[in-house]
Amino acid sequence: MNAPMNFEKGDLPGQTRERLVVIGNGMAGCRAVEEILARDPERFDVTIFGAEPRVNYNRIMLSPVLAGEKTFDEIVINTQEWYEENSITLISGDKVDHIDREAMTVIAASGRVEPYDKLLIATGSDPFIIPVPGKDLEGVVTFRDLDDVDKMLDAAGKGGNAVVIGGGLLGLEAAHGLSLRGMKVTVIHLMPTLMERQLDEAAGWLLKTELERRGQTILTGANTKEILGEGGKVAGVLLEDGTEIPADIVVMAVGIRPATGLAKTAGLDVERGIMVDDHMVTSDPAILSVGECVQHRGMCYGLVAPLWEMCRALADFVTESPSGYEGSITSTKLKVSGIDVFSAGDFSGGEGCEDIVMRDAARGVYKRVIVKENKVLGAVLYGDTADGSWYFDLMKKGDDVSDIREALIFGQAFASGGALADPNAAVAALSDDAEICGCNGVSKGTVVKCIEGGAHSLDAVRGTCKASASCGSCTGLVESLLALTLGGEVESGPKTMCKCTSFTHDDVRKHIVEKQLREMPQIMQELHWTTPDGCASCRPALNYYLLCAWPGEYEDDQKSRFVNERMHANIQKDGTYSVVPRMWGGLTNPTELRAIADVVEKYDAPMVKVTGGQRLDIFGIKKEDLPAVWADLNAAGMVSGHAYGKSLRTVKTCVGSEWCRFGTQDSTGLGVKIERMTWGSWMPHKFKIAVSGCPRNCAEATIKDFGVVCVDSGYELHIAGNGGIKVRATDLLCKVETEEEALDVCAAFIQLYREEAHYLERTAPWVERVGLDYVKDKLAEEGAIETYAARFRYSQQFMQDDPWAKRAAGERKDLHAHIATVRPLEMEKA
Amino acid sequence: MIGDWLDIGPISQIEAGTARTLPVEGGEEIAVFHTMRNEFFALLNKCPHKQGPLSQGIVHGDVVTCPLHNWNISLRNGKALGDDEGCVPTIPLKVDAGRIYLLRSAVVGGGVTAPEQNRAAA
Repeated sequence: MNAPMNFEKGDLPGQTRERLVVIGNGMAGCRAVEEILARDPERFDVTIFGAEPRVNYNRIMLSPVLAGEKTFDEIVINTQEWYEENSITLISGDKVDHIDREAMTVIAASGRVEPYDKLLIATGSDPFIIPVPGKDLEGVVTFRDLDDVDKMLDAAGKGGNAVVIGGGLLGLEAAHGLSLRGMKVTVIHLMPTLMERQLDEAAGWLLKTELERRGQTILTGANTKEILGEGGKVAGVLLEDGTEIPADIVVMAVGIRPATGLAKTAGLDVERGIMVDDHMVTSDPAILSVGECVQHRGMCYGLVAPLWEMCRALADFVTESPSGYEGSITSTKLKVSGIDVFSAGDFSGGEGCEDIVMRDAARGVYKRVIVKENKVLGAVLYGDTADGSWYFDLMKKGDDVSDIREALIFGQAFASGGALADPNAAVAALSDDAEICGCNGVSKGTVVKCIEGGAHSLDAVRGTCKASASCGSCTGLVESLLALTLGGEVESGPKTMCKCTSFTHDDVRKHIVEKQLREMPQIMQELHWTTPDGCASCRPALNYYLLCAWPGEYEDDQKSRFVNERMHANIQKDGTYSVVPRMWGGLTNPTELRAIADVVEKYDAPMVKVTGGQRLDIFGIKKEDLPAVWADLNAAGMVSGHAYGKSLRTVKTCVGSEWCRFGTQDSTGLGVKIERMTWGSWMPHKFKIAVSGCPRNCAEATIKDFGVVCVDSGYELHIAGNGGIKVRATDLLCKVETEEEALDVCAAFIQLYREEAHYLERTAPWVERVGLDYVKDKLAEEGAIETYAARFRYSQQFMQDDPWAKRAAGERKDLHAHIATVRPLEMEKA
Repeated sequence: MIGDWLDIGPISQIEAGTARTLPVEGGEEIAVFHTMRNEFFALLNKCPHKQGPLSQGIVHGDVVTCPLHNWNISLRNGKALGDDEGCVPTIPLKVDAGRIYLLRSAVVGGGVTAPEQNRAAA
């Protein structure tokens, strides 16, 4: 199998042609030869060394071979006849081991020595193997050549489990192929987004959802710790977090590395790749290099289009009509049948960059075009990639798109429609029976009639004829109709949630429940967010809405939390934190006080203060010390006071009937019971409760979100008070006779507020907005108290888990620790 | 021998959408960001407004919102966005083979401040 295939050279000895030796019988090497032959077929005697024992084939088509959509014969680029016809000597299966630059020869593994006048290194790249234990086990394969495909097909024939490490282009194509071949596939990806080099979060999420729908298991943010074996053969994969996944085959597809070993030993300039100039010449003028092994102007490429461009520049140069290669702008398509993904250029954003986003939830489409200074800088398309090449073309040419800016996102057919490129003009040209809103079946005529009938804002249209009230994808059309019908008279409707969406807080909350939206990227896709990943306003709001709608199911997104809620402490102006342990109903004892005193001394806290909520606030704690402080406080039985959260803060009490000569009920005892019931719950905003033992109201219950004033005959329950910027006394909600009833009403009111208020809306402005009667009516409905209270208590099962204890036990250490400390050398000397 | 680039560890040590800190003895603390779009940036860990720790802000796109008073700071050049004015020095950063490198001179020297007018160059 190592036998070199020799074809007779056309010329006899004594010929004067230059000798061109090519190391690498792959796509780049052969293409370079083709390009040279096309320019000057008589110039060189060509010898090609190939490490693989076969002719040149289209490596990027290995995915369809694995998937069973193509055969090997169909992906061969250069057949044996091609080598023969062009008098090329192909030495396959014999690896070049050494380059002797002085003698100008290459030496192969077999000992064969081949002299050259010009040498072309086209060694391509090697798959990157992550250095984990078990990487050398039988059954761990890469995805690089036909042998790898054969190994995978062999494994697939036996069925079982496949694990693909790497959720990039290659990994997903391997996973697709193995899945089609009947294996149960798990993809492990280190990054949070699949194909993160080509896709943004939104597109990555759509792709993940579709692959999961097809039966693959996709684990993102997953770090491989070890490949497990049994008798020398692969048996599974162990993740950093302890998860074990069974595997009969493991495919490593985490990336490629330029194959530079040969060039490096020959003493050529090598950084990440073999350094070449614009004519693909290395640091030795007699040696050229093309393909994935080179580094040109700081870039290494792993895609095929740049290879072709390099080969053209190389051929121009060696045939003495130099053109020069200037680097490539690349685009990517995923070769997974039925999934359309396109990505090109720069989609990372940046100063002066503008995102144009279009989403069509019904068709599963996400399109994002990045424009800067009227030029297309990049594009990410999912679900509909028909215009990918058009955007790519605009991008490469650097065309000014200001004339078609408004219509750009709708694609070439629409944008090049001349006058119709103005969306208003396009909408004006629609006939009256043209459908505007597909969800609710509303025609243009109906929308116009509705606007003429007095609906002068987007919201009014949504409320009247329902156009754009469901998925919102026709919002732009309705806005055009408003502008066309009313001229400048369009009224702005209620405020949208933020600049990322045309929906209000209420709309978003309603859709989350009705459409069963369970993840943030899903909301953004279904409700046509105009930004790829939201902003600092909508992310925390959506995180809360999801947490409230799907208790026990939705996984809290720490990245969408304000710093205090992420760190479980209050940030102060100097960047340190203050820590407030919970004191139930304002009660404390010697153990707690001693523990607090010890913490203050141990961590050198500069100040301790009694808060307005009847507890102690320890100031000046560094983020690194927080877990240790919490461990100490936990040890004395104290838990987080949530003084930092949009959550239940305190339940303030007076001493009540146990001690006070005026007290009518046990206000302290009830306060403790209420706090035990409500602590830990996340809310739209902070929430304060107080219980006063008599109408003298020493606990100031009538300026709290929920206040209880005890009287002889029972409990007066007050709501929506506020002692902040705008002081507001509470409204009386109702009067009850027993503690149990007071607890139920409290739970029910909190749940109604949790489910209906806007994020960052306190109870006072909420009740003023919806009206006290609305709240009363809602809670007066048959069984309402029980239902809301039950929903609150269900949700609380998942919330009453002390976050401090988890951090003290080591969860999320990364949030509290520095990466490292830099100690400059100059300082060490001193 | 001192290399130009200081290796501060693997990219996996910073969760996407968050930042972590790197104190410098005798110098200014640095915040290293990993965005949701998988880019990495390093800035001094103090807002040009009231020195708030930017590392603790919410990261969206290539912007961080300061946790103290909600100033938006561009991670790309350290400049305050919108109507606010100010600029925090940045530290040149590169990622190679899954590891993060910071320019040593900038780490020790307190970062590099973007020029006042670089609109055209940006």
